Amino acid sequence: MVSVTTLPKSGVAGAWSSADGGTLVVDDIVKQFDTPEGPLVALDHVSLSVRPGEFLAVIGPSGCGKSTLFNVIGGLLDGYQGAVTVGSETVHGPHAAIGMVFQEESTFPWRTVIENVAFPLEIAGMSKKDRFDKARKFIALVGLTGFEKRYPAELSGGMRQRVAIARTLASEPKILLMDEPFASLDEQTRLLLGDKVLQIQQELKQTTLLITHNITEAVQLADRILVMTYRPGRVKRIVTIDLPRPRSSDVVSSEAFGRYVAQIWNDLREEATRGMQDEETRALHAGEAS
Amino acid sequence: MTVAAITRSRAFPLALGLGSLLVAVLVVEALIRVGVINRFIVPLPSQIVMAFERVIVEEDIADRFRLTFFEALTAGAMITVVGVLLGLLLFRINILRQATETWVAAMASAPTVLMYPLFLVIFGRSAWTIIMMGFVAGLPPVILKTIEGLSATRRVLIDVGKSFKLTGPQLFIKVLFPAALPTIFVGVRLGLIFTLINVVGVEFLINFGGLGQLINDLAERYDLPGTYAAICFVILVSVCFFVFTEWIERWLRPVD
Repeated sequence: MVSVTTLPKSGVAGAWSSADGGTLVVDDIVKQFDTPEGPLVALDHVSLSVRPGEFLAVIGPSGCGKSTLFNVIGGLLDGYQGAVTVGSETVHGPHAAIGMVFQEESTFPWRTVIENVAFPLEIAGMSKKDRFDKARKFIALVGLTGFEKRYPAELSGGMRQRVAIARTLASEPKILLMDEPFASLDEQTRLLLGDKVLQIQQELKQTTLLITHNITEAVQLADRILVMTYRPGRVKRIVTIDLPRPRSSDVVSSEAFGRYVAQIWNDLREEATRGMQDEETRALHAGEAS
Repeated sequence: MTVAAITRSRAFPLALGLGSLLVAVLVVEALIRVGVINRFIVPLPSQIVMAFERVIVEEDIADRFRLTFFEALTAGAMITVVGVLLGLLLFRINILRQATETWVAAMASAPTVLMYPLFLVIFGRSAWTIIMMGFVAGLPPVILKTIEGLSATRRVLIDVGKSFKLTGPQLFIKVLFPAALPTIFVGVRLGLIFTLINVVGVEFLINFGGLGQLINDLAERYDLPGTYAAICFVILVSVCFFVFTEWIERWLRPVD
């Protein structure tokens, strides 16, 4: 059964607020960039809340401000209106409770797998023996036991992304923030890594926020999916995914899964079309200008 | 052992390099002997080889080698430390970089060796004049390549560092510096080449110790085999530096 929550036009998800005690609360964020064509509103009064242990996927077409939202929550961007809070604490800059997994390949090429995973522990001042012991547990968690002494260049793209996930998990964040972590991987690897992420999330009971533009990935993994509008980025709708857990990639063949995908695609199609038309218009203007 | 196994062996590149050098030397020897190359301009390689013993025994080569090596090493250490720090400074302060980068690049191609009379006045006829000349000549490539390496660090690696709440110095030591290391070492090697050329050149010009002075002495005596043998020792200094820098780079960044 597809359960859909339609939000007010302002895009504020009124269902949860900081008063509800959610682990992560994004409250009325407005982020604007100055561009040669004038100010560009990337995020327009975006609010959301992620409950402890919940898996929320944020989905939207390219250019809807997903990565801006990721950077705002992760504390890598400032100069915005609104607030991000973890528990009762307002986030100013990177926060120890939030771990980030990036879209691009982000392992340190000069460090072995174990040195990569132990990196946050090294920064925390842990002894070499302790941090390597701890890193081995997270390497095992992402299924890379036996590859501890390999360098990233000796691994596949999927394995490197698992190293990046293990490194973030090693810092033991309360909230895991992932920005299209499987975007550069092929579909099969993406599905299998999705299984791995789900398994880890269930095991660690970690609050997870996944930024993606892949509908199947979002439905496979999330408890709720937040659909964003194309420029300016607003919350269009939040869809609760009522599929049984524990889930695996087998779920993609179920009828309910297909219904969710169709439902979200209906929401997304209009935004994706707007995005495509906007890109064409800008390319046309750029061509005329040159 | 098959041909494929031989070409895959570790010793093969070294053997191929030495073999090529030997062939080139034999070709030059042959060309001189048949009169294609004038033997009053280029001595026979066999004469150069014979001159090694004479140069080592009679010309105090060990002390001269040590002096040139010490001067180049001191100047090399200075260009590395100062060059990397200045590169970092220009990388961090954009306005300073915009204001000075062109001048630094211009300095890299300027014939600074012509400034040796000024350095003689400042430092006197001493090893410090030679070291400072080597330092000035070798500094610009290290600065420029440090800026290039730091600027080319992928944004996502810096973001990873920031997401783990690294402080500014931690971000430099743990992320920026290792990421930029291969490019910085290109600058250091280039700088060492300029430094060594200037060290030997100024030794030659001011007639102060080292291999440069020996080359000057032997050339003035028109001892061509000896002159070329002394030049071979300068090449040996250069080889020592390259092996040393490669070893340090491997130690700092074991994989690439």
